Formats: sequence, structure tokens, C-alpha cells
Amino acid sequence: MLRKLLIGTALATTFAFSAHAEDVKEVQMLHWWTSGGEAAALNVLKGDLAKEGYAWKDVPVAGGGGDAAMTALKAMVAAGNYPTASQMLGYTVLDYAAAGVMGDLTETAKKEGWDKSVPAALQKFSVYDGKWVAAPVNVHSVNWLWINKAVMDKIGGTEPKTFDDFIALLDKAKAAGVIPLALGGQNWQEATMFDSVVLSTGGPEFYKKAFNDLDDASLKSDTMKKSFDNLAKLVTYVDPNFSGRDWNLATAMVIKGDALVQVMGDWAKGEFNAAKKTPGTDFLCYRFPGTEGSVVYNSDMFGMFNVPDDRKAAQVALATATLSKSFQSAFNVVKGSVPARTDVPDTDFDACGKKGIADLKAANERGTLFGSLAQGYGAPPAVANAYKDVVSKFVHGQIKTSDEAVTELVKAIDDAK
Amino acid sequence: MSSVATTQIKLTPERSRPSVRSRLQDALPKLVLAPSFAITIVFVYGFILWTIYLSFTNSKTFPSYVITGSRAYQRLWGWTFDTDPPSSWYTSITNMGIFGFLYIAICLALGLFLAILLDQKIRGEGVLRPIYLYPMALSFIVTGVAWKWFLDPGLGLEQTLHQWGWTSFHFDWIKNKDFVIYTVVIAGVWQASGFIMAMFLAGLRGIDGEIMKAAQIDGATTFQLYRRIVIPLLRPIFLSAFIVLAHLAIKSYDLVVALTSGGPGGSAWLPSNFMYEYTFKRNEMAVGSASAVIMLMTIVAIIVPYLYSELREKPR
Repeated sequence: MLRKLLIGTALATTFAFSAHAEDVKEVQMLHWWTSGGEAAALNVLKGDLAKEGYAWKDVPVAGGGGDAAMTALKAMVAAGNYPTASQMLGYTVLDYAAAGVMGDLTETAKKEGWDKSVPAALQKFSVYDGKWVAAPVNVHSVNWLWINKAVMDKIGGTEPKTFDDFIALLDKAKAAGVIPLALGGQNWQEATMFDSVVLSTGGPEFYKKAFNDLDDASLKSDTMKKSFDNLAKLVTYVDPNFSGRDWNLATAMVIKGDALVQVMGDWAKGEFNAAKKTPGTDFLCYRFPGTEGSVVYNSDMFGMFNVPDDRKAAQVALATATLSKSFQSAFNVVKGSVPARTDVPDTDFDACGKKGIADLKAANERGTLFGSLAQGYGAPPAVANAYKDVVSKFVHGQIKTSDEAVTELVKAIDDAK
Repeated sequence: MSSVATTQIKLTPERSRPSVRSRLQDALPKLVLAPSFAITIVFVYGFILWTIYLSFTNSKTFPSYVITGSRAYQRLWGWTFDTDPPSSWYTSITNMGIFGFLYIAICLALGLFLAILLDQKIRGEGVLRPIYLYPMALSFIVTGVAWKWFLDPGLGLEQTLHQWGWTSFHFDWIKNKDFVIYTVVIAGVWQASGFIMAMFLAGLRGIDGEIMKAAQIDGATTFQLYRRIVIPLLRPIFLSAFIVLAHLAIKSYDLVVALTSGGPGGSAWLPSNFMYEYTFKRNEMAVGSASAVIMLMTIVAIIVPYLYSELREKPR
């Protein structure tokens, strides 16, 4: 009995080892792009790799979301069982790199010219200590307005250029009996909107100082107070039932014409596309009023782990394919984002995508490309979440005045630093 | 080696066989239980110790083993008194108090009430019992999502009543930062009270009918009967129900997430939500561990004296 068991164990171990030896031609990928459009976009990458003879293996994640994936990744890394690559966001890449578990793709980067083509602001997260540790897949930007064109025509609105224009437009919508602003009352959505408000109220320099450098004086300045006041103004235009609503339901309100506008990152465009709406005729995409010329971004990256030598070839193939121009174009057309390298032709993109690509390029050259604090590209997660707490408590009334909000913001960020 | 072994076996051929066998029989339960015991030691108690250790380190994204003192506890202690605006930790622990008390009290009261009603030898009990018990078969996630839709003013109860013509009806607790925790109580009670009812029903069926008859002959009213005889006899059931409910209350996490996604401005958080947020989303593992240790201490502080007082009386 015992002997049988031992033999069984021995056999199983052998199989496990032989299976391990076959890993060489396999890409193990941890990601949470499982919904229709995203999964379809990823299939392009799978196809590209299959052509070179690499099989694709998803690392299963229970629960599906990004949080669950990060928890699973933490467990895998703690056990020394690295995936070839994992979808990662912002400071997470740097955390893992600081822990010394990331690989080194510098050679590939040199050969493919990533240094020149990937915006410098993104390289802050994909390059650690002079070494390329991650391949950026896309660039999302969050300072967008998404407007239902039929409603806009009905109320006779025009593109708002300043924050006051925007308030006037919202007033028009209110008078016409539609919900002016579609907002989901979850802390990340409120904070994402506040990113744009701060950029609009204080300008690019102020945004960078306050939300990327976490400069104390800027955080407690009157400009920040004014930003909170402006946020409070915007919140008066949402429907009473907004609290806890998911972002895609808020987008659906705009698509259906129940609401005029949503302030959301360009992943909202995926919802419009899925509803077979065309930019320019069915919906409009403008930069958040007063933020034209700047881009507040977040980006999905494939973090590359320090895998054993026999798996490195597959990793290089994955990284090369990820940043190839053809994949960057094909993937981002579907995803709603723009390519992570600035030299990809915009021919396949729709009007909003073309604008996004041009804006990114211009912002990169002018130095007005900033990480979104709400999306974890402005500061480490502890700070970003403390920020989301304060904004959300302000929106929902636990924090009552903008004075108090500024005090709390400084305190929360100091505490989390 | 082998010759020694064979001689030993040959030395006591007849007498040792029954003793080995009986010894094996004695040891068998222990042997069978050993793996699960070892697993419990490592994965429950081992990790409790590990968590306590981590709470005194400076662990951030990954565990760190450098002891840095009680900074995590000091931060939690500071947050305990941040009441205006409420800190997340203050919200979590006050919510725990409100939720724990109401959830346990209402479940016990409602469970007992339903059990007493069902115990009146009514027709169709076989149909009614599983109807009340059924919610317990659902996961907290399902309960949470179903109640989220039902309580949503734009989709559920309020909307339906408005369509039926009662337009002044207003029930938006789930969107209200001050009342959202009570919706968690409602959903939790809906789920667990049927199970508590089943426990009480089993207890009621276990009560000797002779005692009831004797009391009735002595002229006890129905109320007195339950108040003076039945409920005191159900005391062990109260203990079991309390322990089941208390641990369900303290480990509630998924219900809050599914029902409220944390509530407006994080106003529905329980300590378990706080622990998960800080450990896994904010990369403050030391603070997360410290909050977990405090949750454990709370449970210990409630359950241990109660168990002690209840179990000590048994032998007499």
C-alpha cells in the first residue's frame, strides 16, 4: 500500500518535472482581460506568438478582477513560481522590481528602440534602475468628457472650453430635464473625475506638483481648495441615485440619452463601441474643459519576471510581440486606448482614437503627460488610496467643507507616505 | 540489523500479537486524525502567530521580518479617535458594533419566534421549514447582489412601489452613508435567521413533552410556559446559535462588498474589509495584520469568557 503510494508520488513528480521541461515554448500569462472585447484583443497577441511557435497559457485567477489577480500574483511570487509575465499597473511594477523578482529586457529594448518610441513618463514605470522590466501595452487617458450627441443637439450645447462653460452646459441639460452628469459613486470614479478637476483648476504645473511630486505646499494651497469647491459644484449635477453605481452603468446612461455627459477614462469608449455607436455622429469626445494640451494617463503593462534561462526566449518573444506596431494598433483599436509607443500609425483608429494619439504625442513632447493619482500612476498605492478615501468622503458628505478636505488630504497623504 | 529484528519478533510470537493489535487499535484514531491536526496547527495557529509577528514589522507590499515595534498599532489607535471626519478604522469598528449587535440579536429573536410558531403542530410544516432555511444555502455574494438590486431606489422596491402609485414612498438607505450599515443587517438577518430557526426547532423538539404537560396542569399560561420553562431549557441552543452568528458576523466581508461595494465614502466597511484593503490593495501589510490581530482579540474577549462560564457548569 505504502509502496504503491510512494511509486505513485515518484511518478507524479517525474511527470511534473517533464512537464516543466516543456515550459520553454510556453508563455504563462497572468491577466484579467477576460471580457469580450479585451479577450478578443488579446487573441491578436496569442496569434502572433503562435506563429513563432509559442503556446499561450493563462494563469487562472479566481474572481477575475484586478485585485484578485494581484493577490494571486503575490502568492505565486512568494512561492518562487513566477509567471512569464503579468498584467500590472504603475507602482506595482516598481514594488516587484524593488523586491528583485523582475527580469531584464534591456537588450530587447535596445534592439527594438523602445527608449525612443515609448513616452518618457511611461518609462518611469517600465524601467527600474536602468533596466527594462515591463512592456507597456497601452496608454489610457482619464481627462475626457463623453457626451451624447443627440442630447447635446437638443439642448443646443457647444464644446465647453472652460470650467465655467462646462457648468453652463450642465445647467442647460438640467433645464431640459435630463440628468446632466452621469457619475458612479465609487471612490475610484470620483477620484478619477477629481484628477481632471484639479488639472483644469490649477493647470499642468500645479497638477504635477500636487499629484506627482506630492508637494505639501501645493496640496494645502488655495488652488486645491478651489478644486474641491469645483468638485462640489459638479456633484450637484448628478442624480440622487449615483452612489455605488458601476462605471459602465453610468456610461450606459449617456449611451441611452438619460444623461448628457460622463467624465471617465477612454475605456468608456469600449462601451460606446459595443453599443454600435460612432464618434462624431452618436457621441462626442472632448478633453475635460481646461485640460486641452495635457494628458493624465494610466497604462496597462506586462511585467516581466525573472524566469529561469530556459524560459527567457519565450519572454523575449512576448515582449517583442507586445510592443510591435501591428499589435499595438490592433489591440488598442479594440480596447479604446492609444498605443504605448508614439510611432504607431493612427490609420485604423476612429476620430477619438486619432485625437488621443495626437494628444499623447504632443503632451509627451511638451512634458504635460502626467500620471493619474486616482489610477495609481501618480503615487504609490497607499497614497493613492488615501487620496481616494478623502475625495469620496468629500463627495458623500463625511467631509463637509473644502477647508476640511484639504486638511484631511494633507494628513492622509502624510500618513500614507 | 535484520537478524536482530527477526530474533525480536521470534522471541514473543504468541503473546505480542494481541497487544500489538490492540495498541494499533488504540493508536488508529490518533493516526487518522494526525494529518488534519497537523494542518490545523500549521495553517490556523501557525499563521495566527505569523500574523502577530508581521504586525510588529514594517511589512509593506511583501512580508518583511525586521521587527520595528508597534507603529502599526499606534496608527490604528490614533485612527480610533478620528471621529470627524471618521477615519476608515473608526467607521469599521463602529460598524462592527452596530452590525454585530443587531445581526445577532435580531437573528436570535426572529429565529426563536419562527421556531415557536412552526412548533405549533401546523399543517405544511414540511413545506415551510425549507423555505425559511433556503437562504442559508446561498452564498453571501448572491445574497448581497440580490439585496443590492432589491434595495436600489432606481431598480427595486422603491421604483416598484412608485410604479404602483405610492409615489411618496422613500427608502434609500443603501445610498445613505448613515444608514447603509443597516441594509447589511437586513440582508444578513434574511440569510441567517432561517438557519437559527432550524436550530431552535431542533431544540424545541428535544424538550420532554411531560414537562410541558406538567406545567400546563399546574396552570401555566402559554406565555409563562415559554418564558419560564422552554426558553431556559433552550440555553445550550442559544450558546451554539450565538457562536455561529458571532463568527459569521465578524468574518462578514463578502456581504459588504457585494451589497454596497464598501458604501458611500467607505461608510459600510467592517474590520475585515479594512484588513483586506490595507493588506492587499494599499500594500500596508503591517497595518492589515495589526487590524487582524485586533479582530482576533475581540473574538477571544467575547467567546472565551462565555465558553468558560457555559462549559464549566456542565459537569455539575
